[in-house]
Amino acid sequence: MLLVYCPYCDVERAETEFSCRGQAHISRPSDPSQTSDEDWVNYLYMRANTKGVYAERWRHIHGCGRFFNAVRDTVSDKFLKFYKAGEPMPDLEALAKEAGK
Amino acid sequence: MSDTLANDLITPDVDAAPLLSQPGVSMLKAAPITRLSLRAREATLKDAGSAFGVELPVKPMTCNTGQKRAVLWMGPDEWTLLAPADDLKATFDAIEGKHESHSHALVDISERSEAVIVSGEKAVWLLNTGIFIDFSLETFPVGTVTRTIFHKSPVMVWRTGTDTFVVEAWVSFMDYVSGLLVQSARELEAA
Repeated sequence: MLLVYCPYCDVERAETEFSCRGQAHISRPSDPSQTSDEDWVNYLYMRANTKGVYAERWRHIHGCGRFFNAVRDTVSDKFLKFYKAGEPMPDLEALAKEAGK
Repeated sequence: MSDTLANDLITPDVDAAPLLSQPGVSMLKAAPITRLSLRAREATLKDAGSAFGVELPVKPMTCNTGQKRAVLWMGPDEWTLLAPADDLKATFDAIEGKHESHSHALVDISERSEAVIVSGEKAVWLLNTGIFIDFSLETFPVGTVTRTIFHKSPVMVWRTGTDTFVVEAWVSFMDYVSGLLVQSARELEAA
């Protein structure tokens, strides 16, 4: 079982308290009616599906209920960083290098 | 039970038979109380606190208690306010009055959940049969409150004393939660 850290509660809890909600830092087009079908499809469905270091959204659904972001290595399943929603995406390459040491 | 937090608020239901009474652990159904869910922004926290009589805690997973009042931190913008059952209208109106020009949500959730009081030296052992949390006093001191999962049911756990916990679950899940706790406690009897 994964141990997930919630930056709002400031605790590490079992994965069963959380739900993973896919790739992070995807912004909704500001004017959907002006967006082309192709761009809308990209926004709705197309995800990076990275093998390696990946930023994704998690929700502490059975705790404080908040969304936050986590950087996870999808190969080793190790979490590299947790940060609150709204904070900028960390440098994934630097995190990967650090973890590789 | 005199050394526990909020013992003037969370009291055993005198009409209900104890769910569990063993030398190591006992489980009592708690009497009904007023529960209010408040979601509000920082601007009105002070006012809401003064209207309720107890300041709202901002530190994660903590609570503040006062005379027949308790405020539990549920999330960065979410609190559960506890008061005696008779005070529902008065407290509701007082807090609502402080938020007239601010966006917020104040909801009466008194009957959404039920609580049981689990106490005794084996209380931690018993809760750990279904909850993956370290309940040692260093990491989960008296006053800590958190929502979590008990087996498959969402519950709220509030440590009101060294060996006393208030476990709250939604009404329709309570039979499941208390039933599993009673079942697990049989293992203690056998030992």
